[in-house]
Formats: sequence, C-alpha cells, structure tokens
Amino acid sequence: MKRPRIDPMAQRFQPGDSVRVRRADPPGHVRTPWYIRGHTGVVERVCGLYPNPEELAYARPGLPAQPLYRVRFLQRQVWPGYSGGARDTVDIEIYQHWLDSA
Amino acid sequence: MHAHPDHDHPHPPDDDDALTYYQAMEVAVRELLIEKGVFTADEVRRQVEDMDSRTPARGAKVVAHAWADPTYKARLLADGNSALEEIGLDRGPYKLVVVENTPAVSDQAPVHNVIVCTLCSCYPRWLLGLPPDWYKSRAYRSRMVREPRAVLREFGLELPEEVVLRVHDSTADMRYLVLPGRPSGTGGWSEERLAAMVTRDCMIGVAVPTCVTQDASPRGT
Amino acid sequence: MRSHHDMGGEPAGPVQPSEHDYALWEKRVDALLVLLTRKQRMNVDELRRNIESLGAEAYDRLSYYERWMQSIAQTLIQRGVISVDELGRKIAEVEQRHRDSG
Repeated sequence: MKRPRIDPMAQRFQPGDSVRVRRADPPGHVRTPWYIRGHTGVVERVCGLYPNPEELAYARPGLPAQPLYRVRFLQRQVWPGYSGGARDTVDIEIYQHWLDSA
Repeated sequence: MHAHPDHDHPHPPDDDDALTYYQAMEVAVRELLIEKGVFTADEVRRQVEDMDSRTPARGAKVVAHAWADPTYKARLLADGNSALEEIGLDRGPYKLVVVENTPAVSDQAPVHNVIVCTLCSCYPRWLLGLPPDWYKSRAYRSRMVREPRAVLREFGLELPEEVVLRVHDSTADMRYLVLPGRPSGTGGWSEERLAAMVTRDCMIGVAVPTCVTQDASPRGT
Repeated sequence: MRSHHDMGGEPAGPVQPSEHDYALWEKRVDALLVLLTRKQRMNVDELRRNIESLGAEAYDRLSYYERWMQSIAQTLIQRGVISVDELGRKIAEVEQRHRDSG
C-alpha cells in the first residue's frame, strides 16, 4: 500500500501549540542552535513560508518553502541553574522540519 | 599566532602601508568580478555609500513616531515592514519583527526584550546600519542566551526581578527591533527630540532611553 | 556534535564593549556580498556555510570581514564564477603592484 506523501508545505502547528525540537545532529549548514535541541516550547507565531537554508547553503533552491515558527522557551527549563526570572524566555526561529508535536 | 577562544581577533591595524592577504584578496576578487562584468566599480562605490548612510537614526525615527502615535505603534507591531514604508523608509529584505518593552500594567509583569544572533551576526542592517563589534563577539553570542541578566549588567542595565526578560535569537529569516518604553517626563516633546534619546543600544535591548532635561526649568505643556 | 560557530550557551568572558570604524576594505567586502547576492551569483546561506566550514582555529584567528572574504572567495570558486588559478594570479598581481608602488 502506498504511504501518503506528506506535503511539506502544510502548516502543522498553530500559535500556542507545544512543540519539541528534534535531537538530530547532521553535518552541514543548520540554523537550529545546538543549545535548543531536545527542548520543548510553545509556538509564539507563524513567521511564514521560507526556503530551507540547509539546501540554499549548497546553492540549491531549498523548495518547497517550509513554515518557519518563532518558538518560545522558558529559560529555567533550557539552562540548569538559570539565575534570572522564573518567567524569562528565549524566543527562537525554527523551521518546521525540526519540530515535533509535544 | 594561536587562537584565543575568549578573545575576538581585533580589526586589522590601521596601517596604510601594509596590505594583508585578505585585503589583497578583496582587491583581487573585486577586480576579477568587474573584469567579468558581474558589477561595476561604480556599483561598489555606491553600495559602500549606501551602507554608510544607514545609521541608527533611522530606527530612532521609527521609535519616536511610534511613541508619538499609538495607532502607528499598533501597525508597527503588527507589520513592521509596512510601517517602515509608511514613513518613507525602505521595507528591507527581511521581515521586521518589532518587540515592545512594556511597563507593568494591572496583572501583567513588565517586559524587556534583547536581541542576539548566536549563530552569526544577523541584525536589521537596512534600518540601523552595520552592527557593533561586540554584537558579533564570542562573549555576547555565547552568554546572552544563557545569562542575559549578567550580560545586561555589564552594559550597565540592571533589571528588577519582576521584569520578564525575553531574549530573541535571530536564527532565521526574521530581523528584530526593540521598541523601548517611552521615558516619563517627555510629554509634548517633538519627534525629533524623542528620537535623539533613542540610541542603537536601546533598539538592540542592552540599554534603555534616559530622559535628561537640558535645563532645570519645568517643562510646560 | 556542536559546531564551533554554534556557540549559544557556551562559557565566555566579559563582553568587551569594543567598536571600531569599519575600514574601507571591510566595507568593500560587505559591498561584495550585497552586490553578489543581489545579482544572484551567491546567497547568504552559502556565505554562512563557508564561514562555518573554516574550522575552529581559523574561525577564531580571522577577523569578522576576513572570514567573510575567505568565504566569498570559496563560494565564487564553488559556483564557478572565478577559478582558483585566476584568483591566485590576481592576488599575486595585486601584491606585486603594492610592492611596486613603494
């Protein structure tokens, strides 16, 4: 039986959704910072559709364009021993293919 | 010369007689590309001049207008690029996300925003010009996400604990401008006077505007 | 494995509030990147990837615009806009011209 083809352009998340950053570790040009991989946050907004920089970095078109999200993380959950405010956040732009539902 | 992990390599010495390898490479690449017709010498000159013309005063104008006009501020927060166009500035090549520093309001804690690009040096250049060295430094890029309050303290900004601090890591296609809070005591000020208070560092988030009156006489309405 | 440039959260010393007026050659490097991307001979993701590929030692030793210059040259070679041979010859010519001008 043929597996349905997942349309990469379809927006999977909405503002307010809980998402987890995947723990992948590929070589090449990646715009998901190491420090946030594996962490869970909340979608703060949908930024729009953008070509994939991992592909653009090799002079390829990076299409189809992907949803890009701003995801908000609680600093005290990201950093052990975080010494700031309990509600302090770090907001990061993350491409959809790096996010799973949480 | 060995690497200093905590020390950023300083800019090349200001020695007109020396030509470093990379300076020679710049000349070589530029000349080759001109020979190949990729661009002209005039285009290079004009681009340098264009970049020189972009200073934080552009961003300050946006902030001052948002302070003076609450409906403009709402449009700026909703669609930064269109709001730039509205006041005659170019919308720029990237989506502009304007994040507002807000005071305590009823049960809402005050919020302070600060911008960093941990991966490189992304910055709203078309609006503020070239970023300062420290913004691109190892120390800022490494520490601003992990210990932002300590870094802000080094810049002379002490945030009370009740302030919610939001660090924005500019990792992809957005560019950020902090809209600082308007200081009290500036009622009735012209936009030019308001803009003069808004420094580049306020729009990155490592400083806040301070209202310093020119003389001791009370300000009339 | 965390790449050397991916430094969010890594320990570091105090932020030196240093600034400098950009030298003309640095502004020209910046202009090269702007013009080349505008004319679609390269993109900013290639610039970043080639900077990230410099290796830790070169990344720390080179100044900001030296990294850019090396990366732009590498990208143009990868794209076939310039050849290694013609760049080598032109650099030598530029250096000789500089020596001759005393």
